[in-house]
Amino acid sequence: MTRSATEPTATPMGHVRDALWRAWDSDILYSFLRSPVTIVAAVVALGLIGAAVAAPLISPTNPFALATLDLMAAFTPPVWMEGGSPAYLLGTDDQGRDMLSAILYGMRISLFVGAASVVFAMILGVGLGLLAGYAGGWVDALIMRVADVQLSFPAILIALLIDGVARGILPREVHHDVAIWVIIFAIGVSGWVQYARTVRGSTMVEKNREYVMAAHIMGIHPVVIAVRHVLPNVMGPVLVIATIHLAIAVITEATLSFLGVGLPPTEPSLGTLIRIGNDFLFSGEWWITIFPGVALVLLVLSVNLLGDWLRDALNPKLR
Amino acid sequence: MTEPLLSVRDLRVQFPTRRGVLTAVDGVSFDIHPGEILGVVGESGAGKSQTGAAIIGLLEPPGRIAGGRIILEGQRIDGLTQEQLRKVRGRKIGAVFQDPLTSLNPLYTVGRQLTETIRTHLDMSERAARARALELLQEVGIPGAADRLDAYPHQFSGGMRQRVVIALALCANPRLIIADEPTTALDVSIQAQITSLLKRLCREHDTAVMLITHDMGVIAETADRVAVLYGGRLAEVGPVDDVVNRPLHPYTEGLMACIPTTHDRPPRLAQIEGSMPSLTAMPDGCAFHPRCPHAHDRCVAERPPLFDHAPSSAACWLWSSEGTRTLERTRA
Amino acid sequence: MRDDGHTPPLLDEDGRPVLVRLRGLTKHFDVSPPLLSRVLEGKRRRILKAVDGIDLDIPRGRTTALVGESGCGKSTVARMLVTLYTPTDGDLIFEGTEIGRLRDRHALAPVRRRMQMIFQDPFASLNPRWRVGRIIAEPIRAHGLMDDGAAIRRRVAELLEHVGLRATDADRFPHEFSGGQRQRLSIARALASSPHFLVCDEPTSALDVSVQAQILNLLRDLQRELGLTYLVITHDLAVVRFVADTIGVMYLGRLCELAPADALFAAPRHPYTRLLIETVPDLRVPDRDRRPMAGEVPSPLAPPPGCAFHTRCPLATERCMSERPAMIRDAHGTVACHAVEEGRLPDWTPAQRTAP
Ligand SMILES: Nc1ncnc2c1ncn2[C@@H]1O[C@H](COP(=O)(O)OP(=O)(O)OP(=O)(O)O)[C@@H](O)[C@H]1O
Ligand SMILES: Nc1ncnc2c1ncn2[C@@H]1O[C@H](COP(=O)(O)OP(=O)(O)OP(=O)(O)O)[C@@H](O)[C@H]1O
Ligand code: SF4
Ligand code: SF4
Ligand SMILES: [Mg+2]
Ligand SMILES: [Mg+2]
Repeated sequence: MTRSATEPTATPMGHVRDALWRAWDSDILYSFLRSPVTIVAAVVALGLIGAAVAAPLISPTNPFALATLDLMAAFTPPVWMEGGSPAYLLGTDDQGRDMLSAILYGMRISLFVGAASVVFAMILGVGLGLLAGYAGGWVDALIMRVADVQLSFPAILIALLIDGVARGILPREVHHDVAIWVIIFAIGVSGWVQYARTVRGSTMVEKNREYVMAAHIMGIHPVVIAVRHVLPNVMGPVLVIATIHLAIAVITEATLSFLGVGLPPTEPSLGTLIRIGNDFLFSGEWWITIFPGVALVLLVLSVNLLGDWLRDALNPKLR
Repeated sequence: MTEPLLSVRDLRVQFPTRRGVLTAVDGVSFDIHPGEILGVVGESGAGKSQTGAAIIGLLEPPGRIAGGRIILEGQRIDGLTQEQLRKVRGRKIGAVFQDPLTSLNPLYTVGRQLTETIRTHLDMSERAARARALELLQEVGIPGAADRLDAYPHQFSGGMRQRVVIALALCANPRLIIADEPTTALDVSIQAQITSLLKRLCREHDTAVMLITHDMGVIAETADRVAVLYGGRLAEVGPVDDVVNRPLHPYTEGLMACIPTTHDRPPRLAQIEGSMPSLTAMPDGCAFHPRCPHAHDRCVAERPPLFDHAPSSAACWLWSSEGTRTLERTRA
Repeated sequence: MRDDGHTPPLLDEDGRPVLVRLRGLTKHFDVSPPLLSRVLEGKRRRILKAVDGIDLDIPRGRTTALVGESGCGKSTVARMLVTLYTPTDGDLIFEGTEIGRLRDRHALAPVRRRMQMIFQDPFASLNPRWRVGRIIAEPIRAHGLMDDGAAIRRRVAELLEHVGLRATDADRFPHEFSGGQRQRLSIARALASSPHFLVCDEPTSALDVSVQAQILNLLRDLQRELGLTYLVITHDLAVVRFVADTIGVMYLGRLCELAPADALFAAPRHPYTRLLIETVPDLRVPDRDRRPMAGEVPSPLAPPPGCAFHTRCPLATERCMSERPAMIRDAHGTVACHAVEEGRLPDWTPAQRTAP
């Protein structure tokens, strides 16, 4: 305690510092350092995410620049195989595109779609969950019934449905341009229920706590109470869901793209790459599909492991 | 004096945590004789429940017995395997906890839970076990026990549920019952039903009871002897009347003085300043010295052992052979 | 400093100024099964009469206490007083204003500033993610009492010191404090808007006795200094004896006896009050042969007709089973019991009660 009592604590910087201090002080760091699997998963996940974000800086070529594509170099195998070239570490695809660059850019798109759908699902789900739990009554009943109905359909089916509707009503060129946003919307909508249920449950516990009553007695507006008091106290489990949901969202997008209803080939995500490569799997050019597949598995697995660990670390009962 | 039923010597219970090893119970010793009720009192976190849990072998991991001996009827029971402990737990020691609902399965009738428990400990036919279950319910004073055998726990009131839990603990005629805050969740008018039941069991069956509570009123009316815990250590142990009215240890003195009574209305209550230190920040020497009005140099440096001053004993330097209180007493 | 409103001050029967007046205050909870099972399975509506017509005057500057067993409606009364619950029926007058039916937030704001509540659970009553300084400043900000950050911080520091903590504690989080210290924080927050009235619902039930004494002494000191009016709710008769000037005894949603504290303990009249006083174990005068009182508290969903206490009362007669006794006031206090009215109440001879 080096700070004086008169220093303001309600500033944005104050909040960041609070959060950092809490993270350092909590048992989370401790449990992280004691789990080698988690450390490896974190290194892999951060490495892949970092590489994807930095793709334009670190990738050998720009796979979207059609001018640089060299059709002559098509189907070059990875560098350690016969006929491989040091210019194409992981080989090239049917159009002479460098696989390593394609994977880096593909991962970038996959991750962007995944993260954006998670954020969208989180905002929708946390908002509705908070509303349901806090308002109760028929509002709660309505939201939860909708959630029940939606849960009875698989997420991929909902995403397919939304994508299909978007294709139906949008002209072809327009759809092409907004495909990525349609996918984000589709995956986000199919994922909000988890957030809503969890947040609703914790909100119903939290709202009967005495600090919330104290705020009511002060006459603070219920919406302000929900946002300032209840929300921060129900966000722990949301983080866990978001991490695991990121892995699911990446997989869902890959599946959609693999089925050909996801992103167009001009913006190839990992799923698109796998689909394209799939055609050549049996003609011997396995690397076109296997390398993107390995990248996808590594990404999803490491993020999932992180999510599992976070869930256990935040759950005092399991510690 | 008869042989003690239970002897606890220098019991230490530790929890390894990331902030180092926590010693929740630190060198606690006491005896319980057959037919005796030993009250265990102390503030929240003083180590009452952990002491009880160590005796029944129900310490929650990572908690473990790190030292000392627990001797039941001449046999050491610390360090038994889980399997051996389970037998001791049912047959020789019964347990009653604060919340009767956690000890009862809401899905089974009371009769079924009783007969199953009886049959796991005693070799009995279904029929005989059911007859014994009925007997037990009558024993703990459930009105209309015969009709109540097939009722579910939620059909009982709080006080009756706690009596059912006591009946469960009695299934195999244990020699010792460990009751951890058995009346805390109950209304005052119901509380007396439970304490008088415990007293009757002691009288009629020579069962010994370790009664853990923070309610000194209950202790004063129920216990024969009292052990006062502070910061995981034994501060004082002795007959209830002596501990309440002629306490030796300064902590016990302060504790008794600050309890309000219905008999008078002082302008202020006596109070002990500060609060019990947390186990992570135990002071050196006597655990009570930061709050003790009589603390002196020795208290800060050295931890006092238990000094015997029949009928009580206290862990306080004032009562060592050259301590000021000892001298006062011998002079008087 | 006191703002007594514009209406002439209310006086109680003894001529003391009244801060809060309850008349026929009632709260019913609808605990019916969902509409669907009512329609399909023919289940009936069920109304739980948590508080069923309470008349009470809380005199200014003094401590009034409500005691009774679990579920008798003490907390429900408290929550109606601090406007957390809307009464089903009856009047609730605070400093001359009827607040029971007032629902407009702006109209309630000045009233809410003058009343605060202290809760039972010191671990649940402070937001775990807020620093202490922000928690204590919340009422100041909510009521717009100050808007200069430095002034608010000075006020918070002053409040912390007032309840026996340090000004630097403003920077810490609630989990860094012990139970007793947290209860001090709750008190500091309650005092922040300079209220006239504090409702304390089981303020020390979750605390150890040595800490309880500190908190009870603190509450008493604050009352002397600030002229506060308290409503203290507890089931602990020894605590009531120490804090209260006037005591109301509740049973199943109704008041059964209301009397000055000294009179109530010297000569309790209602058979339920007597039962309570007789069954509480006392450290100084233990009754080691105590015989437990028979009977259990009836369910508030199906309270017995007539006098709700007749199922456990040793003095019950035919009349008690059918006719609800009215509150009758005399020189000793107010009591609702046919035996008192009929003059057949035995003298109070507390068993084993010989003062030490
Ligand atoms: N699982 C655990 N890990 C670490 N410390 C523990 C654990 N369980 C208990 N303790 C510590 O052991 C100490 C003694 O706890 P115990 O439950 O015996 O207290 P108690 O006297 O029964 O208190 P109460 O009146 O609150 O029940 C406490 O300080 C507690 O922090
Ligand atoms: N929000 C609610 N909805 C339905 N019933 C309620 C509600 N609040 C309280 N009750 C019921 O009203 C009755 C009175 O409750 P209250 O909390 O006022 O009791 P109390 O005297 O404070 O008891 P305790 O000593 O256990 O706190 C109880 O039977 C309770 O179950
Ligand atoms: S040993 Fe010292 S500090 Fe401890 S209780 Fe005795 S006099 Fe006080
Ligand atoms: S009215 Fe009758 S039943 Fe009720 S308390 Fe008085 S004597 Fe007992
Ligand atoms: Mg305990
Ligand atoms: Mg209550």
